[in-house]
Amino acid sequence: MSKNPAIELKGISKAFGPVQANKDISIRVMPGTIHGIIGENGAGKSTLMSILYGFYKADAGEIFIDNQKTLIPDSQAAISAGIGMVFQHFKLVENFSVLENIVLGAESGAFLAPSLRKARAELDELAAEYELNIDPDAVIEDIGVGMQQRVEILKALYRKANILILDEPTGVLTPAEAAQLFRILGRLRDEGKTVIFITHKLREIMEITDTVSVMRRGEMTATVQTTDTSPENLAELMVGRKVLLRVDKTPAQPKNQILEVSGLNVIDDAGVQRLKDVSLNVRAGEILGVAGVAGNGQSELLAVLGGYQVATGSVFVNGSEIDLTGSSSDGQSRRARGIAHVPEDRQREGLIMDFTAWENSVFGYHRDPAHQSNRFLMDNVAIRDETAAKMTRFDVRPPNPKLAAKNFSGGNQQKIVLAREIERNPDLLLVGQPTRGVDIGAIEFIHQQIVALRDRGKAILLISVELDEILSLSDRVVVMFDGQIMGERVPSLTNEKELGLLMAGVTGEAGQ
Amino acid sequence: MDFLTLIQVLDSTLRLATPLLLVCLAGLFSERAGIFDIGLEGKILAAAFLSASLAFVTGSVWIGLLAGIGASVAMSAIHGLASITLRGDQIISGVAINFLAAGLTVVVSQAWFGQGGRTPPLKSGGRFEPINFPGAVPSKEMADAGPIMQIYSELLSGHSLLVYVALLTVPLSWFILYKTRFGLRLRAVGENPAAVDTAGISVVGMRYAAVIICGVLCGIAGAYISTALQANFTKDMSAGRGFIALAALIFAKWRPWYALGACLLFGFFFAVDNRFQNILLPAWSLSAALFIMTVGLVGYVWRKDLLDKFVLGGLAFGLALIAFMIVASVWDVGTSTQIKIPVVFIQSLPYILTVVVLAGFVGKAIPPRSGGVPYVKEK
Repeated sequence: MSKNPAIELKGISKAFGPVQANKDISIRVMPGTIHGIIGENGAGKSTLMSILYGFYKADAGEIFIDNQKTLIPDSQAAISAGIGMVFQHFKLVENFSVLENIVLGAESGAFLAPSLRKARAELDELAAEYELNIDPDAVIEDIGVGMQQRVEILKALYRKANILILDEPTGVLTPAEAAQLFRILGRLRDEGKTVIFITHKLREIMEITDTVSVMRRGEMTATVQTTDTSPENLAELMVGRKVLLRVDKTPAQPKNQILEVSGLNVIDDAGVQRLKDVSLNVRAGEILGVAGVAGNGQSELLAVLGGYQVATGSVFVNGSEIDLTGSSSDGQSRRARGIAHVPEDRQREGLIMDFTAWENSVFGYHRDPAHQSNRFLMDNVAIRDETAAKMTRFDVRPPNPKLAAKNFSGGNQQKIVLAREIERNPDLLLVGQPTRGVDIGAIEFIHQQIVALRDRGKAILLISVELDEILSLSDRVVVMFDGQIMGERVPSLTNEKELGLLMAGVTGEAGQ
Repeated sequence: MDFLTLIQVLDSTLRLATPLLLVCLAGLFSERAGIFDIGLEGKILAAAFLSASLAFVTGSVWIGLLAGIGASVAMSAIHGLASITLRGDQIISGVAINFLAAGLTVVVSQAWFGQGGRTPPLKSGGRFEPINFPGAVPSKEMADAGPIMQIYSELLSGHSLLVYVALLTVPLSWFILYKTRFGLRLRAVGENPAAVDTAGISVVGMRYAAVIICGVLCGIAGAYISTALQANFTKDMSAGRGFIALAALIFAKWRPWYALGACLLFGFFFAVDNRFQNILLPAWSLSAALFIMTVGLVGYVWRKDLLDKFVLGGLAFGLALIAFMIVASVWDVGTSTQIKIPVVFIQSLPYILTVVVLAGFVGKAIPPRSGGVPYVKEK
């Protein structure tokens, strides 16, 4: 093609203090293509896009749009240059209508009524052109995330964007919603729009993009045609070494029943029923995966088992019932019963970010007599030494127990939590989103640790919104939707499509 | 209570609700934009002082009004600087403004006029005079006029200009908030500033605009208190109106028309307090009313959690006890006994109501979601 690139970046650099987030990045994005940008967390993808959208000012480098050198000092400039951005966390006003959100910032005059009229008419046209149907009067908080994302796309199109940037757009979507998004993106490409698609999921890159650029540690390591590459190749470019994409594990050898949950019900403070008659069991030596779109009761299930959510129903661990409502229903007594818990949100529930690694490594077990030097004082020196050893075993970098938790990267934080819970040799491990925000190299390690624990004959309850992770780690899978268990599957005998339907609450054929 | 008395109480309600209404709408603009402002009290006080002082010195109430607005806007600018630009804690900044105003007004006033922290009384020209509508009957002949004429002459006519301004501010605020581009952006910035920022609008600019509007309205309210309601400035003359306006704002769920209703209700309590020093109520009906309240309270707490049951249940028990004691004490005297409601109780009613409103008795009020949180641009 001899066309000019839609966007060309030349020599973009950006440093935050001593950290070089972007190093001399140059990239050409051709019009009418879907251009993927892939890289681990912290590789500098978001920084680069924030520079393009006027959030940050680059230290050096130039931006060309349609061969015109363009300065983008703020978002307004980016919008008028025809750039639209769909953020990972939507920038919508929750209690405004779809129409009001679309009009916000792009009003045609001081009074609202004419702007809203114009937007309503234009929305009809856009809906027809791109198959982006939506009820303009629906309030954002009442519609699903898929629809909310559609509003974000419409917002960009309403502002006449020719270049659409999507930052990790599939993180919150069901497989079906993601497929629909890909159809929309394909349609946008066919209409001549340019799409920049940022993700850390290799599968999506292979599925949707025409060209892909790989970023590693602030540098652009390669730009290749998607058809000329493979997932393994891309993973190697991302991490800088060979990565095992599949989890190596032998078939499970389940033994006696460890966890038995029956008839669990949770009603939250607002009176909404979060868990509806949930029953499941996990045996020693197996991993039970709980799949589902975030917010369908998985968090509540973990909270009940972890001891910080009141519920009705019964839970047996190792054959004896545990207290779900009374005074012995807390994290402390759960741990005493051999239940370890790696919470979903490590920064809020798993760690105290301002505390050091060694302090964090004994939370929940700090009353253990082994940690006390006498009746009143804890043996901090011993804890520090033990933590240092643990950090080496779990490959936490840097292995410095005196560093505050917030100074570690996401993957290393997760390893600290995992080390704390696994090294206690629990009978049952509850794991929520073990690899959320964790880079590929660390994912591999964390998965290996979980499988190793299983092979030592422990029971593991894995909750994850990443279907890939569920399918590759679990020995059995249950799917949750709207607080209920929709069905149970064996990973080798099912596929993403079937699970996706269950995740969307569709039973029938799939429910057999 | 005859009809004229009722009209007079309502007339007084309107006058007393005016400063509350202005301040409540001031808070509404600020909080809708995500800036909590407990410094409303301080702004009224500063405005009241400066407008009374300058109205006295220059003899012109208009210069007084402008000075009051100026003082209040200056306070707002401090609050804006602390909470928007420097991203400080909005509550602390508000408290600081209240202390600053409470101390500064008295000290400067003493240094300026030497009258123990007051300003000298204003003469005509230095005050907002009542505006009499054409054909309104003077108050001397009011008793002889018909009910329609009484409403027209007593309730509608005869207020100072600022009362009408305050009433007009309600539809104006509603229009600005819900029917203009500015209003859409203002509401959005209080709910999700990131959405506003990514739409290419300045969050800082919107928030400053809201804070300045808040300052102007508080300034008018302060000027009204010292140059229309009263005729000079006295120490702490804002008398908690800033806080009551905040309660009214929550009561009104951050909506202009509801704010009018809430402020009129609070104004009514003040008016009753002014008008009736002693209220006599038949003992039997009083205890019956208390008993009904008790039953209502018990019904209300029935579905609540343990702490609520404990606290409100205790209150219900107390009410029932008082009702029982009233009945017991007048049992032998008969049904015609009247109980005198103490004047202090009436005086404290608006404040009690404030506490009750703030305790969340009025149902769920959802504040603007990003209220009180400084906006920091994320990646």
